[in-house]
Amino acid sequence: MLLGPALGLSAVLFSLGVAGVVLRRNAIVLFMCVELMLNAVNLAFVAFAQVYGVGGYLMVFFVMTVAAAEAAVGLAIILAVFRHHQSIDLQNINLLHG
Amino acid sequence: MTEAVFYFFALAAVVSAAMCVLSRSPVSALIWLVQAMLALGAIFVLLQAQFIGIIQILVYAGAIMVLFLFIIMLLKLGRVETTDIRGPAGMAAALVVGGLIVAELGGLWFYTTPRIGREVRASAGNVLAMQAFEGGRAAQQDAAAHGVVGGIAAPLFQLYLVPFEITSLLLLAAIVGAVVLAKRRA
Repeated sequence: MLLGPALGLSAVLFSLGVAGVVLRRNAIVLFMCVELMLNAVNLAFVAFAQVYGVGGYLMVFFVMTVAAAEAAVGLAIILAVFRHHQSIDLQNINLLHG
Repeated sequence: MTEAVFYFFALAAVVSAAMCVLSRSPVSALIWLVQAMLALGAIFVLLQAQFIGIIQILVYAGAIMVLFLFIIMLLKLGRVETTDIRGPAGMAAALVVGGLIVAELGGLWFYTTPRIGREVRASAGNVLAMQAFEGGRAAQQDAAAHGVVGGIAAPLFQLYLVPFEITSLLLLAAIVGAVVLAKRRA
């Protein structure tokens, strides 16, 4: 039973994802860091599922579906932003600054 | 033995994730992320979730990451001249935020199955949870009774049927949204 170490690894991966979102300005790399966070959450679900039953596996299924949908829509948004700004650096996308 | 394999893949996952965050080129960041996901798939197999591990490799490391690679290729972002990593202030902020989260969640490292069983028994009168936590081997028993895939498929199409159907609506909305967003001429 590797419950504790798996949860700890999940915490480390999640915080790496958060650090990446704070650190990077490239929108695509930002998306990758979000995927990393989703993966860390999946790991926590799987770790608890070995104790609690298969409900955790189903949650992983739904998380993966949401991740796929999010990637499709998010990348389409990045494509649209790139067409408009010729860049996906978040520094150049500052229309809301006023 | 299992623990040694687990720690090997855990180290691989953490190093790959760190390299994904820190590598300058989006393509190498993506390849490092794929490596992290493969290591996570191996860890899923170690945690008695063989089917989820395979799905992780097929869907995540295969399909979703190839989607990212396509976008990088389409937008010609592979070769970067300037780094997009924020300066020292951003680095400090990332360290503080990441460190805080590790400090908050790091206590989970010391969780064991009996401890969760004790805490559940002390807090609530959930009989089902008590039974499940007692042995701490719910997934293993379920796989032995129904098979690895059958144990997931049966509740997916019975108990979780409504969320499953909502998932199909979500995917439909994502397809329509992606087509609308990507086809619009600016």
